[in-house]
Amino acid sequence: MRSEGTLTRADLADMINRQVGLSRSDSAGMIESILGHVTHALIDGENVKISGFGTFVLRDKGERIGRNPKTGVEVPIAPRRVLTFRPSQQMRSRVMAGD
Amino acid sequence: MIRSELIKKLEDENPELKTQEIEKIVDLLFNQIVQRLADGGRVELRGFGAFSTRARDPRKGRNPRTGETVDVPGKRVPYFKPGKEIREKLNEG
Repeated sequence: MRSEGTLTRADLADMINRQVGLSRSDSAGMIESILGHVTHALIDGENVKISGFGTFVLRDKGERIGRNPKTGVEVPIAPRRVLTFRPSQQMRSRVMAGD
Repeated sequence: MIRSELIKKLEDENPELKTQEIEKIVDLLFNQIVQRLADGGRVELRGFGAFSTRARDPRKGRNPRTGETVDVPGKRVPYFKPGKEIREKLNEG
């Protein structure tokens, strides 16, 4: 079944409900737990690696001088931590091949 | 944290579920994300982030060993944009 729209939590909960047999609300709860654990590990400063999927990687950016594009005024941009995602080779291949 | 550590945490929280069921749920979730991107769609998980794909134009590359010019075909690559909530939480500590 090809589907080109946007997949959401509700679709995922549906899938778990049908394929694993948990109730819809338990399925939704599992999705929140999974995303919650990933989020907490990242907040704790840990990268998260899911084999076959990819790695959520934290990167620390140093302070730099930015510019307000409207006024041209220079403003310091505080050092901050950003989250990036590195897809696994398997994910890249599947996305490229369209299957 | 790696996949097996995630599974362990979920097992501890959900003693009523079999390990096999938990593994199936985790695999289903991540596999569905990949599947939707492969199908040309996107995935939006509010608060966490959104997965989509980006097109990379074909370009001329170079074989680093021989210096020969080669055509690198265009391709579609997965992309993740973190949600606002998670971006903010990463910088609270």
